[in-house]
Amino acid sequence: MSLRADLAIISEWIAPGSRLLDLGCGDGALLAHLQKQRQVSGYGLELNIDNVVACIERGVNVLQTDIDAGIGDFADGSFDYVVMTQAIQVVQHPEAVLRDMLRIGCQGIVTLPNFGHWSTRLQLLLKGRMPKTANLPAEWHNTENIHLCTLNDFEKLCTDMGISILKRTVTDSRHRQGRRLLPNITGEIGIYLLERKRC
Amino acid sequence: MSTFAADSVGLVEPQIAEISQPLNLECGRELTAYRLVYETYGQLNAQANNAVLVCHALSGDHHAAGFHSKDERKPGWWDSCIGPGKPMDTNRFFVVSLNNIGGCGGSTGPNSINPDTGKVWGPEFPLVTVRDWVRSQAALADRLGVERWKAVVGGSLGGMQALQWTIDYPARVAHAVVIAAAPRLSTQNIAFNEVARQAIRTDPEFHDGWYVAHNSIPARGLMLARMLGHITYLSDDAMAEKFGRDLADGRPRFNYDPEFQVESYLRHQGQSFIDRFDANSYLLMTKALDYFDPAREFRGDLVSALKQAQARFLVLAFQRDWRFSPQRSREIVNGLIAAGRDVSYACIDSTLGHDDFLVPTASYVRTFSAYMRQIARETV
Repeated sequence: MSLRADLAIISEWIAPGSRLLDLGCGDGALLAHLQKQRQVSGYGLELNIDNVVACIERGVNVLQTDIDAGIGDFADGSFDYVVMTQAIQVVQHPEAVLRDMLRIGCQGIVTLPNFGHWSTRLQLLLKGRMPKTANLPAEWHNTENIHLCTLNDFEKLCTDMGISILKRTVTDSRHRQGRRLLPNITGEIGIYLLERKRC
Repeated sequence: MSTFAADSVGLVEPQIAEISQPLNLECGRELTAYRLVYETYGQLNAQANNAVLVCHALSGDHHAAGFHSKDERKPGWWDSCIGPGKPMDTNRFFVVSLNNIGGCGGSTGPNSINPDTGKVWGPEFPLVTVRDWVRSQAALADRLGVERWKAVVGGSLGGMQALQWTIDYPARVAHAVVIAAAPRLSTQNIAFNEVARQAIRTDPEFHDGWYVAHNSIPARGLMLARMLGHITYLSDDAMAEKFGRDLADGRPRFNYDPEFQVESYLRHQGQSFIDRFDANSYLLMTKALDYFDPAREFRGDLVSALKQAQARFLVLAFQRDWRFSPQRSREIVNGLIAAGRDVSYACIDSTLGHDDFLVPTASYVRTFSAYMRQIARETV
């Protein structure tokens, strides 16, 4: 099975042999890939038991954990990277999680669905209803995605929190990446490499 | 024609290993020779790399799976997890389960003969520890031709032995499955154990541990100790669900006969324990629990202790377990992470509490099976 587009891009960013913590690791695809291709070690955090079992099946270290209940157990600077792919919109307190990510890891990697994409803008404008996409198919009242935002929103939060964006890329619906015009309109998924600003 | 289920190991026969190599115990004393009673399920492969050691908990023994006879009503204590297609799949693994020294299942213990006196050891049997057990289990591994366990597996006190194995014999354990355990007992755990011990030791039939010589047993004390234990094995909710609080007659009888169902349950558990367990063994096992603290050797630092380990770990806890709560398992997990060890952890959403480790709840079996399948695929 080929790796999800955002995961494939992240893999390129990760230094070989590093230690990684993957928040909301799903079925462990990223860690399994990195273990094999880049000798990365680490752990995935995941709440769903089906995903936990899937991780174990593929030999990925997984810790069944409710990220909303806190990841305070992890020591400062204990990982090279803390990664959260398409999960920041699901957590109760994105700001607290971001802060913890950059406390635990030297660098953070976040990917998120861009609610500022032209298709969601258009849906809201024309239909007057909360947008749904292939990535975000649920209705507004039963979605797990309780903190949706646009790329601009996310970048403003980073600025407010004193977080430097070291790298940013976006993918479009055909998973093409690269620097592009108006990323907050044409990008479907935003992918960020983050670091806490040094004082 | 087999009378057993397809996923049962069927008829099993206990075996005996007489170990003549002396065992130096942590307490400073020595067992010059000792006997270990054990059972095996499945076949050891030619490379001898598919052996799984099962360590028993407080009241367990070597009879972990299958039946001793066609008439035996109940299978071994962990039959839910050992057998063809079960988590410890006997089509893949050679599973070994023994009775620990100090126990009462036939291995050397308080009811054995003390070679120095020619009489039953009784209360003079040395207080053995988890480390002593692990050392005796290593002697059994030697005997069986197992240089390295594919996995050492245990629940509760059994999980503590699995943990100790990884620290004391790093090269001899590839994987450890530590279920419903703790890195050491809490003060409250020790308190419960002390009440259990006092129940036994203050029974007039205890005779300072020489009850066998007096042709009696401290039945009441042993029963009370077991009743107390069983309170800690179930969650508050599970007890309420299982037994409720309806009165047998629908209204109070105004006497002390059992009229709430939970009273009958505890009495039954206590009563049936008398027939199968020895009071001195129970005392000794609770002390082994109290003393267990692998960090002690490392100036109280669990992370340093766990840095000795080379094994990969699966740590499982149960949501409603309050004897060794999920938080206690997380202590082990956090220690392993800080020590840079491979570990997976799941907290099983279950109802019973500590007893859940013996019950084949779907998500428990799936997680446990997935891990065992994965390690069976490793060729090393």
